[in-house]
Amino acid sequence: MDLSNYLLMKQEMSLLVVFLVLILYDLLASEKARKYIQPIGCLLFLAHTVFCFLPQATGTSFSGMYVAGEAEIWIKNILNIGVLLMLMQSNGWLSGKEVGFKRGEFYVLTLLTLFGMYLMISSGNFILFYIGLETASLPMAAMVAFEKYQNNSAEAGAKYMFTAVFSSAILLFGLSLLYGAMGTFYFSDLAALMQPSSLAIMAMILFAVGLFFKISLVPFHFWTADVYQGAPTNVTAYLSTISKGAAVFALMAILYKVFATMAFEWHAILWWIILITITLGNLFAMRQTNLKRFLAFSSISQAGYIILSVMAGTAQGMAATIYYILVYIFSNMAAFGVISAIENKTGKIDMADYNGLYKTNPKLAIIMMIAMFSLGGIPPTAGFFSKFFVFTAAAAEGEFLLVFIALLNTIISLYYYLLVVKAMFITTNEHPIEKFSSDGYMKLSLIVCLIGLVLLGFTSGIYEYLTNISFGL
Amino acid sequence: MSFLSLFVIIPLLMLVCFIPCRSNMHAIRTVAVAGAALLLILSFVTTYLFLAERSAGNTAEMLFTSDILWYPALKIHYSVGVDGISVAMLLLSSIIVFTGVFASWNMNPLPKEFFMWFSLLSIGVYGFFISVDLFTMVLFYEVALIPMYLLIGVWGTGRKEYSAMKLTLMLMGGSAFMILGVLGIYFSVGMDNGQYTFNMLEIAKTGIPIEAQRIFFPLTFVGFGVLGAMFPFHTWSPDGHASAPTAVSMLHAGVLMKLGGYGCFRVAVSLMPEAAHEQSWIFLTLTGISVIYGAFGAIRQKDLKYINAYSSVSHCGLVLFAILMLNETATTGAVMQMLSHGLMTALFFALIGMIYGRTHTRDIREMGGLMRVMPFLSVSYVIAGLASLGLPGLSGFVSEMTIFVGSFQHTDMFHRIFTIVAVSSIVITAVYILRVVGKILYGGIQDEHHAHLTDAAWYERLAVVVLIVCIASIGLYPSFVSDLIRGSLTTLAIW
Repeated sequence: MDLSNYLLMKQEMSLLVVFLVLILYDLLASEKARKYIQPIGCLLFLAHTVFCFLPQATGTSFSGMYVAGEAEIWIKNILNIGVLLMLMQSNGWLSGKEVGFKRGEFYVLTLLTLFGMYLMISSGNFILFYIGLETASLPMAAMVAFEKYQNNSAEAGAKYMFTAVFSSAILLFGLSLLYGAMGTFYFSDLAALMQPSSLAIMAMILFAVGLFFKISLVPFHFWTADVYQGAPTNVTAYLSTISKGAAVFALMAILYKVFATMAFEWHAILWWIILITITLGNLFAMRQTNLKRFLAFSSISQAGYIILSVMAGTAQGMAATIYYILVYIFSNMAAFGVISAIENKTGKIDMADYNGLYKTNPKLAIIMMIAMFSLGGIPPTAGFFSKFFVFTAAAAEGEFLLVFIALLNTIISLYYYLLVVKAMFITTNEHPIEKFSSDGYMKLSLIVCLIGLVLLGFTSGIYEYLTNISFGL
Repeated sequence: MSFLSLFVIIPLLMLVCFIPCRSNMHAIRTVAVAGAALLLILSFVTTYLFLAERSAGNTAEMLFTSDILWYPALKIHYSVGVDGISVAMLLLSSIIVFTGVFASWNMNPLPKEFFMWFSLLSIGVYGFFISVDLFTMVLFYEVALIPMYLLIGVWGTGRKEYSAMKLTLMLMGGSAFMILGVLGIYFSVGMDNGQYTFNMLEIAKTGIPIEAQRIFFPLTFVGFGVLGAMFPFHTWSPDGHASAPTAVSMLHAGVLMKLGGYGCFRVAVSLMPEAAHEQSWIFLTLTGISVIYGAFGAIRQKDLKYINAYSSVSHCGLVLFAILMLNETATTGAVMQMLSHGLMTALFFALIGMIYGRTHTRDIREMGGLMRVMPFLSVSYVIAGLASLGLPGLSGFVSEMTIFVGSFQHTDMFHRIFTIVAVSSIVITAVYILRVVGKILYGGIQDEHHAHLTDAAWYERLAVVVLIVCIASIGLYPSFVSDLIRGSLTTLAIW
């Protein structure tokens, strides 16, 4: 047996080891020892993250079925950081009575979805891609419904499930058309055969729509708000950053690799999708009072910005996309971290509950503010840089009109991000959320987010590196 | 690394030093005064060194430059340098930051936070003026804007939340235009030869194709013009200024609005002169409306801060108006007007803040005879008023005179008519200034509670005296300013 194929899959292998260790530990350890699954899980995942950063060979294995290029390796590393932050933030929630007994399961499910996303990202064949997509989706539904005795969570789980299945069906239909026309599922073979015939265009549209559901682009976003609201906050954080980031990367890689000859067609489709996604996401976000719904619509509009650089179809666009995903993970993790910290202590998630937060919990308020500024693209936070690079990538392809619309939309988005800042800093409140202290995991994770948001923009090295490893059409 | 970076580093250090101060007022004041004084000294040193270099025959466009490659892939540099105009602006900013600290001596509540935001605002302002790279310029512009939201929202008065939101969103809207303009410049310069650059000097050397100029000149001009309170984008200004706390009004009207004029000149007009010539009539019309509309608006107001906010619209309109005249005299006048208006309006807002702190009203109908109660503040108010309406010997006269002389150098009917219309604003200015002075300072005391109010404290006197001295020195020795900026204007190829 040739082991070199597996050596390329270093990241997947390492994740599988962590997964197996945790599932066995959860099964075999005594009741007392199971309490330590949190530190063990975090440490193991940290080790996995560090291990994945170590240099590794690049190439393809299983005759092109699996691809491990530099960009694929790096997007996985970025996702790892996000997952680590999320796992740390979920400690408080998992220590609660209601879900405490199954915290091991949470780890197992999370790592399983992550494994699926790895496969999606690294696939060189639509079959592997589909397996990855399903591996990522099904445990995700279980995670969304993790608090199953709560109506919201169960409802959200069901909704997520239905959407996932529905979008998979559409995607599969696209793939079957593709197979019918070309007779192969390998990306490299497809790229050579691909011609913009009406059948191929139809296949591409159906395939892309399947992924648009995952990325929650308008008009395929209807599930987003309900699921985000109903899911446990940490799962929402995971859903809005990691799952979305992986899907965006997969979409980008496949559009660039497989549908390169139909760039004109998907360019036109994405143009309109971006336009309505950014605008509608923003318009709906303005009216939200529940912070999780609010961030759901905000993440819809953010997805529009990410796709803006995907549309450019250049190496610069890919670098901007990956960088945007990185910064977006940090911003959203910071925001959801604060929300989850407060929800665990007080159960409050309405914007009105945050009135006067700065008086009682200044540190949380400042982190939330910086997260909002970063999402709104305000310097000196990293969000400004990532937005600017996305606009640069799109403008390099002459898309000035769309960039202009997106820029005007940042003003609208700034309005609602400032509403949160206003609630925390300006609005006075008779009964603000009382002063409290979070656990060490949460603190550490928020500090990491804060450092990331402040420093990511000023250290140009990351973007430079991403530019070097990116590829265009 | 050039010493100019200290202009960014010092406020940054201030920001950090405020953190351990907690609510110890003494420590906070020490840090604030020390930082502001350092900045003031630094800007004097910069001016001195600049003049020394120029008289030694150094005719480089930008002096004390330093350049660090920041994002190699996009050719973004951290690039700083100053010419005469930036030196003048740095000097202005330092004076106003310095006096602003004294004007907010008794800041309450949350003094530490106030000064932290104030420092962040200063970082943005200084960074903007020393930037040679368009990317860092945009970056610092937005850094300067966002603290305004909280400064007005938390420490403001009146409809502060509405005003803060309106101001932030409108100015960010301006920056959206600006970013598009900057990206347009970046790509149209690099399109032919692949030499993409954000560096303004290199862009000016290469030149921008005229087709691109026609699109991106209006975008950048409007983008910066929003901050320069150009009609019809001026509406943030009255509400914002009226709601802001004293030091913020000072800094905002005094310095931040100058970012608009400076940007219009440096980015829009200097880099895209051909389009500026073609399209100047559109923007001359708009700024001409600003000048007159602002002045008429001020006549109708009853709130002292609104009066000065509208007067700022009128005076800042004059800055943009002069820049669009596209000749050396008028542009010199524009820079002088920026300095003069910055100092004057800072003085006004400082005085209004001090008066409001005592009378707890800014409504001119409820005040009267203040000259008897607080002679120092009242005399200073009269001086500020006279400077504003252009009394010879004070800064307003020289700057407006230069602007109108420069404008009248155009021989065609259009420019002449607009110049005459703009000149008439001086008369209207006199109306609203004298009306306020007569109403609140002279006559009988309206409210008996006002009879026992105290005059200015030492820190207030210090702030006011510094500003008055600066106004008078520009008025008496205007050639200092014109010498400072002359070298920077002759090298530009726009006229």
